[in-house]
Amino acid sequence: MKKYDVVTSISYPKKGAMGKTGSWRVFKPKLDKNKCVKCLQCWVFCPEGVITKNKDGTIDIDYEYCKGCGVCANVCKVKAIIMEREAEG
Amino acid sequence: MKVMIDTGNYVAAKAAVMAKPDVIAAYPITPQTTLVEGIARYVATGEFKGEYICVESEHSAMSACIGASAAGSRTFTATSSHGLLLMHEMLHWAALARLPVIMCNINRVVGPGWNIWADQNDSIAQRDTGWIQFYCSSNQEIFDTVLQSFKLGEHKKVGLPVMINYDAFVLSHTSMPVYVPEQKEVDDFLPSFKPLWKLDVDNPITFGNIIGPAYYEKVRKAMQDAHEAAKTLVPEIAKEWKNKFGRYHGDLVERYKCEGAEYILMAMGAIGAESKVAIDNLRAEGLKIGLARVRTFRPFPAEEMIKLGKQADLIVIDRNISIGSEGALFNETKASLYNKSDAKVHGFIAGLGGKDVTYQDIQNICKKVINGKAKDFEWYGLEGD
Ligand code: SF4
Ligand code: SF4
Repeated sequence: MKKYDVVTSISYPKKGAMGKTGSWRVFKPKLDKNKCVKCLQCWVFCPEGVITKNKDGTIDIDYEYCKGCGVCANVCKVKAIIMEREAEG
Repeated sequence: MKVMIDTGNYVAAKAAVMAKPDVIAAYPITPQTTLVEGIARYVATGEFKGEYICVESEHSAMSACIGASAAGSRTFTATSSHGLLLMHEMLHWAALARLPVIMCNINRVVGPGWNIWADQNDSIAQRDTGWIQFYCSSNQEIFDTVLQSFKLGEHKKVGLPVMINYDAFVLSHTSMPVYVPEQKEVDDFLPSFKPLWKLDVDNPITFGNIIGPAYYEKVRKAMQDAHEAAKTLVPEIAKEWKNKFGRYHGDLVERYKCEGAEYILMAMGAIGAESKVAIDNLRAEGLKIGLARVRTFRPFPAEEMIKLGKQADLIVIDRNISIGSEGALFNETKASLYNKSDAKVHGFIAGLGGKDVTYQDIQNICKKVINGKAKDFEWYGLEGD
């Protein structure tokens, strides 16, 4: 990757350039794999790209970076994702 | 080398087009309008081969230049007064992103009351945006400074936007003869633009992303260092220009008859040119007075001020007022001298709202100081006298 020798606000593509953004979360998407029908709507809509698609078509959520926006829970037609308040403390 | 007899605005348009920018985005506003019109003429004749974007506001003009510059294009724009103020937010963006957008600003009153004449409050209000600011006092200086500014702003040690200021109508609409070099000579002087960074699909990066406090502070410090570098590069580039084209307007400060002077008059812009006549007349009367015309207000030539303050007492004429304080040049001159020189510094506000400041007025100001009649800070000719 080409790097520039200048001090200004530019950043290079990198996983988690802003650190563990999962710590910003107030609500946590909780996935019920039994209800999930593998339609991948959440995978398409997650604005952070933190829903991963596994080889067998199932999905997982990367909680290190998920910011808890709730979009996935909203687009899931079978309610396989529900938002739960993060444990206090 | 040809001679072109034309107004400051048409001369600026010629210089801008000779720099071969890839993108010019501008919106017309009095008294800058004829500059934009001049560029449109070069689009029509085919002399300007870049993209000319007629935007719907000055905020958009600066935004378009920022986008184009971020994509690696050489850019130019021009504005005045309220147009400059509408750009304010984007002026910070251009500077913080280290994008060398080059812009002419024709110094005009800020309203209300509605008034289109010369006054520097528009650009003085932008002094903390990080832009380099030049103030010109002749059409030849406008032409030369526009071309030198591309080289300065794009220099790898600078990488900052540059604002070339000149007085409404006094320069923008007054014809003077100007030497114009051949295109090839300009090409030799000004190499193609090598951006410090750019948006590039083959090397994707994010621009203007969030950064934490510690990084942000470093961004500001790097801009400050770039202004320090400009203090050395402005005279270097001016000297290279002089060697190629034989003309020199001074570097950060133009000195005129300062040898042996016990008083030195200071001003920016067209008043600086008028002052030369006043200095000639006062010298003819035997008074030991010289002129230091400040060309760069940012970076502020503090070291030059100290040298002047060690030699003489200073008389500062400001065509601007920082309301609640003083004239901007007066204020910053004194700040530079603090603890370094005990020169007396007198400040005068003159020529606001485009009021004429004639060589006679300038002589009156100087004599008032020399005769010990001047206050530390005063308004000249407020009653219309
Ligand atoms: S809550 Fe938002 S960020 Fe987290 S997985 Fe769902 S859509 Fe993505
Ligand atoms: S939207 Fe719901 S059903 Fe579809 S893949 Fe995501 S969790 Fe499973």
